[in-house]
Amino acid sequence: MRVGKGGAGLGARVDDKGVEIFLGKMLRWGVLLAALVVFGGGVCFLAESRDAAQNYRTFRGEPAELRSLPDIVHQAMALRPLGVIQFGLLLLIATPVARVLFSVLGFGLERDWMYVVITLLVLALLIYTLTSRNGV
Amino acid sequence: MNIQLNALQFTLVVALASFLAGMLGSLTGLGGGVVIVPLLTLVFGVDIRYAIGASLVSVIATSSGAAAAYLREGYSNMRVGMFLEIATTVGAVSGAFLAAYLHTSIIAIVFGLVLLYSAYASTQTLEGLPAGMAADRIATILRLDGSYPTADGFKSYHVRRVPLGFGLMYVAGVLSGLLGIGSGAVKVLAMDQAMKIPFKVSTTTSNFMIGVTAAASAGIYLRRGYIDPGLAMPVMLGVLAGALVGAKILPGAKVRTLRIVFGVVIAALAIEMIFQGVRGKM
Repeated sequence: MRVGKGGAGLGARVDDKGVEIFLGKMLRWGVLLAALVVFGGGVCFLAESRDAAQNYRTFRGEPAELRSLPDIVHQAMALRPLGVIQFGLLLLIATPVARVLFSVLGFGLERDWMYVVITLLVLALLIYTLTSRNGV
Repeated sequence: MNIQLNALQFTLVVALASFLAGMLGSLTGLGGGVVIVPLLTLVFGVDIRYAIGASLVSVIATSSGAAAAYLREGYSNMRVGMFLEIATTVGAVSGAFLAAYLHTSIIAIVFGLVLLYSAYASTQTLEGLPAGMAADRIATILRLDGSYPTADGFKSYHVRRVPLGFGLMYVAGVLSGLLGIGSGAVKVLAMDQAMKIPFKVSTTTSNFMIGVTAAASAGIYLRRGYIDPGLAMPVMLGVLAGALVGAKILPGAKVRTLRIVFGVVIAALAIEMIFQGVRGKM
């Protein structure tokens, strides 16, 4: 949302530096929170099964309880280490979505309706992919 | 790797390797994702589907983690990013859809080819845009032109060839959804080469877009069970820490030299990926 100085076709706009700084801080806190949750879950996971042999050679796919949003929240609430990690990963996935959401507000503050519509379109696509059954 | 590691050793080694990948990815604008999949599959013997899942998560971490630093610098162009994001998110859905139907060997070969391209692209000099370019009609309508801070104050630029850039962004989205990478190289190609956006602006705008594109694929991959928490944990934490360090030293970094070094590493991994894919070992 940088206001281009000397760029063509730019009208008067609300100064958006404040929005950018807010977005930057929000993203940082979101990522930090996600990382802490993943780290916490990871420590518990390793404390429980540090000597377990790792086998990622054969693909089995994750069990159902680590796949869908409600199941992951449920597992995390029960403080299952893998569920907690997965919940942290969900928080991480949410950070770019949140940024797009706040960009809608940012463009709205600038009264840039064309970009409000464009950003809403991106947001709708994101929400669709994150909620559709089995993806697509 | 034939040495059998326990969970703790595996986690620590993967985290360290991911840290380095994240730092190089952030400095070169190519993203840590391009090396995570070959690293996990070729070095640690991980199935490519788990590797793609973990990589996708790390791609989001790289993007969102470095964004805070980039946003303060004011390099990114949000209008360009958001407009092109329509193409990349639609592409990501197409790619994630394709991934379910393609054999893993084919995915490995495509991955290798994309890596080879990334290596080639990283050696290209993109500095020194011709001065005094005229404004582009579509870019003007979409208000894509912008400015960025340089040593001599703010410098304005015009955005060119919007339809070509948009098309390339769709391709970047497909590759991102199919391979679990950020497609930083294709995004930078679209913005640097096609749309003539200054390097620092295209790198940082691409960084923002990478996270959004990866988020579009991530939900789909999560539901397919490609994202393993035990593997994604060290990869995400390592790449995130690396990306933060990378973003801190970016303004003073000799980007060109780094791109060449990283390019050579990527090329070697690419050839090995293609070789393993052709042999059906993926």
